[in-house]
Amino acid sequence: MTNAAITTATPMARATRLSLFGWFAFVFLIASQAIAIAISPPDRDMGDLQKIMYVHVPAAWMAMLSPLAVLFFGIRYLWKRREEDDLLAASSAEVATTFAGLTLVLGMIWGRPTWGVWWTWDPRLTSTLVLFLILAGYLALRAFVDEREQRAQWSAAVGVLGAINVPIVYMSVRWWRTIHQIQSSPSTVDPAYVIGLRLNAFAFLFVMIYFIRRRYLAALLERSAEHVAEAAALGGGVGRE
Amino acid sequence: MITMRDDWRRARAIAWKDLTAERRSKAGFNAVISLAVTILVMFGFALGPDAEAIRNAAAGAIWLAVLFSGVLAFNRSYQIELDGGALEQLILYPGSRRAIFAGKLMANFVFVVLMLVIVVTVGVVLFQVQIPGAWPSLIAILLLGVVGLVTLGTFYAAMASRSRAREVLLPLLLFPMLVPVLLAAMEATRALLGGNAMGDAGAWARLLAAFDLIFLVASFLVFESVIEV
Repeated sequence: MTNAAITTATPMARATRLSLFGWFAFVFLIASQAIAIAISPPDRDMGDLQKIMYVHVPAAWMAMLSPLAVLFFGIRYLWKRREEDDLLAASSAEVATTFAGLTLVLGMIWGRPTWGVWWTWDPRLTSTLVLFLILAGYLALRAFVDEREQRAQWSAAVGVLGAINVPIVYMSVRWWRTIHQIQSSPSTVDPAYVIGLRLNAFAFLFVMIYFIRRRYLAALLERSAEHVAEAAALGGGVGRE
Repeated sequence: MITMRDDWRRARAIAWKDLTAERRSKAGFNAVISLAVTILVMFGFALGPDAEAIRNAAAGAIWLAVLFSGVLAFNRSYQIELDGGALEQLILYPGSRRAIFAGKLMANFVFVVLMLVIVVTVGVVLFQVQIPGAWPSLIAILLLGVVGLVTLGTFYAAMASRSRAREVLLPLLLFPMLVPVLLAAMEATRALLGGNAMGDAGAWARLLAAFDLIFLVASFLVFESVIEV
């Protein structure tokens, strides 16, 4: 009883502060979207279809940023062996998977009317897909390993190697494609769209931080529940009192 | 300096032990080879009877056959240890754990190279490939590709073989990581089989060597923390 109270007290306090940040992030996101859509003129070629840029491009940026968090927390775990770093890396990986998936889906929705196809083997598309698959492997590893320390060390190793691989994949795929066909150059962005894009980049950044923190908090709660359950199973602590 | 040499001796001993066990049972090698050939035949069916199409796809089909059957070999190399409860013993021996990785790596390298000899021979016949004049370069590229494949395969199998659902986990972890190595190996092979008209093969081979080096260094650095738990 007392055990449980102590272990949950800190996360609960943090959760309240966090939900304030969460509200801020989502209000900021809605405001940024509204501003971006309101101030940008319809695109010459794509018309209002261009507006999907304000969710697709920031999502893609976050899909590149969050694996760096996996790399950072993975290295810090291997260095300092603190369980918190492992949980943070895992939370970042889940959020990274979400953003990579979101990027792919939004890109397809955008690609279908503009390019006429759902998918092309463009270097960016292909390497985002491979990134998504690497992250899926990372999460599968975590799901299939039960021993806590083993899971932490292994996923740190897989996370670090996976993050190293992302630029390498991009490079190799890019080279593979340019040999076969000349890639169309990405259109330069008009200043009218830049403000909206920047605002939404920050909005997505806040949302990403909120998601990672939220997921981390949940992981902490899960862990303390595990500790309590273990103590009870061993016949001490909560169960017997 | 002496410790380095000792580790090298340990690594060689582990490789020799693995290869001896494999040579005496032969069951693993025969099964894996049969699977590789079966996969090649299946690719032949999938690509249809058109000789030209089959020839163009030969490089990719051969590499994928090696990859799919290699996955079984990588898991096996740890599975045999685990079944005998020998991995803990191996870890408890004095000396760097990297020697274990190096030993397994060498054993798997020999295993996959032997497999490749048969797969390439069968592939050349089945897919009606004309062996190019630059066949020594082709062999070099095949070996470079195997280094990359075996490095990452041995590294990930150290984890996957000790988890639940190892059959699923190893390919899931390994295949996306192997994209750069496989792309470079396939493209270099394809360029050479096609007469290397564009001169791409050399560039792809250099890229492949760079990937091999990066993954070798990275997995050697991280392996210690993978094997100790």
